[in-house]
Amino acid sequence: MRLALRIWRQDGPQHTGQMVRYDIDGVSEDSSFLEMLDLLNEQLIHKGEEPVAFDSDCREGICGTCGVVINGEAHGPERTTTCQLHMRSFKDGDEIVIEPWRADPFPVIKDLVVDRSSFDRIIQAGGFISANTGSAPDAHATPVRKEDADRAFMAAECIGCGACVAACPNASGMLFMGAKITHLGELPQGQPEREARVVSMTEQHDHEGFGGCTNLGECTRACPKGIPMNVISQMNADLRRAGFGAR
Amino acid sequence: MALTGLFFLFYLLVHMYGNLMILMGPEAFDEYAHHIRTIGEPMVPEKGVLWVMRIGLLASLVLHVWAAVTLWRRAGQARTNRYVMKRKGYGNFYAKAMRWGGLAILLFVVFHILHLTTHTISIGEPQPTPSQRVVESFSQWWGVLIYVVAMVAVGLHLLHGIWGAAMTLGLNTSLKRAEQIRFVSILVATIIVVGFLIPPFAILLGLVP
Ligand code: HEM
Ligand code: SF4
Ligand code: FES
Repeated sequence: MRLALRIWRQDGPQHTGQMVRYDIDGVSEDSSFLEMLDLLNEQLIHKGEEPVAFDSDCREGICGTCGVVINGEAHGPERTTTCQLHMRSFKDGDEIVIEPWRADPFPVIKDLVVDRSSFDRIIQAGGFISANTGSAPDAHATPVRKEDADRAFMAAECIGCGACVAACPNASGMLFMGAKITHLGELPQGQPEREARVVSMTEQHDHEGFGGCTNLGECTRACPKGIPMNVISQMNADLRRAGFGAR
Repeated sequence: MALTGLFFLFYLLVHMYGNLMILMGPEAFDEYAHHIRTIGEPMVPEKGVLWVMRIGLLASLVLHVWAAVTLWRRAGQARTNRYVMKRKGYGNFYAKAMRWGGLAILLFVVFHILHLTTHTISIGEPQPTPSQRVVESFSQWWGVLIYVVAMVAVGLHLLHGIWGAAMTLGLNTSLKRAEQIRFVSILVATIIVVGFLIPPFAILLGLVP
């Protein structure tokens, strides 16, 4: 396949960036999107140019490290992570526009790599449970209803990739936050800190400078794990329980 | 945002019901217009209930707009570098439609009050009674056009607004519930738009005496 790539190049957090065009040939339909970028980088290095910086780790769709906006869609046209996207989703001769996640709480480090430590700080603010140390409790010591377990597992699928923020017209992090709150809130172990959790996570979220949710649903559409919007509604319900008014 | 929005919705339903009275003839409509000014008399002064409603609406409007502006501003600060390319679709469409559409509705409400409450603006010839003002206004095609455009803006606003209010109130608890909420928002928005547009079109087509 022959492709025309337009890629965001930015030297560092303090630099302004711009789109740069690269033509690439000989891309296999079976290669993944990141392998296509690897190929481009080999050619760039060969020509003595600076390779395009991008993030990845597992390359099997489970760690949440990768992620770029492809033709205006976070993680590209399929419901999956960038690393699990394959070039067969594109056509020979296509122009592909590649940008980093754009949100001020995710500052660009270089080219397509962004710093998502703001997500870590939201988790630190309340995305945990307290448990006694010592020997592990018996697996059946605390029964969990099947429906609750299912919903908790559904929400626990979130890999913290940040596509929801990237896709959101408000750059809100509430799908991510709602997923964590629903995940822990559905389980008995999550109950003691439930109200404090939603309050401190929301405060941290706003403090980091993420936008507010206006229920548009671009997040769910972009989420590689298909986290549904009802986790955001759950977050609102928990906020109400904790004594915070409607917005 | 949700509570004030739902209060507007309640007002619109009452208002729509009132407007439909014109189909029963000018006397019924004028009687109704008079009645909303005298509800509760002599226990409450003339226009008492009307003014309570007006103050409630104004207070809701201030809160509603304040919340909208806060969200808008926060969104701007959360993404100071814009995308070169954006997906076209529901979210990106309504992100604009709610903000610019809401502003358009606000302008319409100002126009509408100047038109039918204070009679500062008249469409066609000035008329002495409420029913005659309405009939005269909607006998002009452009009078109808203004109201059609405004109602489409209101319909779009409600379509997303009702869904959003349910989300904020924590009513979306499952995928099935989400579908039901979608259904209700489409239903209610349609009822409002059609209900408000029946009188203007009935008048334009000469079906009202
Ligand atoms: C085709 C659509 C509509 C028609 C025919 C219509 C008709 C009227 C009439 C006749 C009045 C004056 C009532 C009176 O003086 O007794 C009025 C008042 C008003 N209408 Fe509408 N209306 C329409 C749509 C709307 C919409 C969509 C809104 C709001 C979003 C709205 C908001 C108001 C407000 C705020 C007032 C003033 C209430 C007050 O007197 O304090 N109207 N309308
Ligand atoms: S909710 Fe989905 S899009 Fe958002 S961080 Fe989690 S996995 Fe990524
Ligand atoms: S590299 Fe781990 S999810 Fe893509």
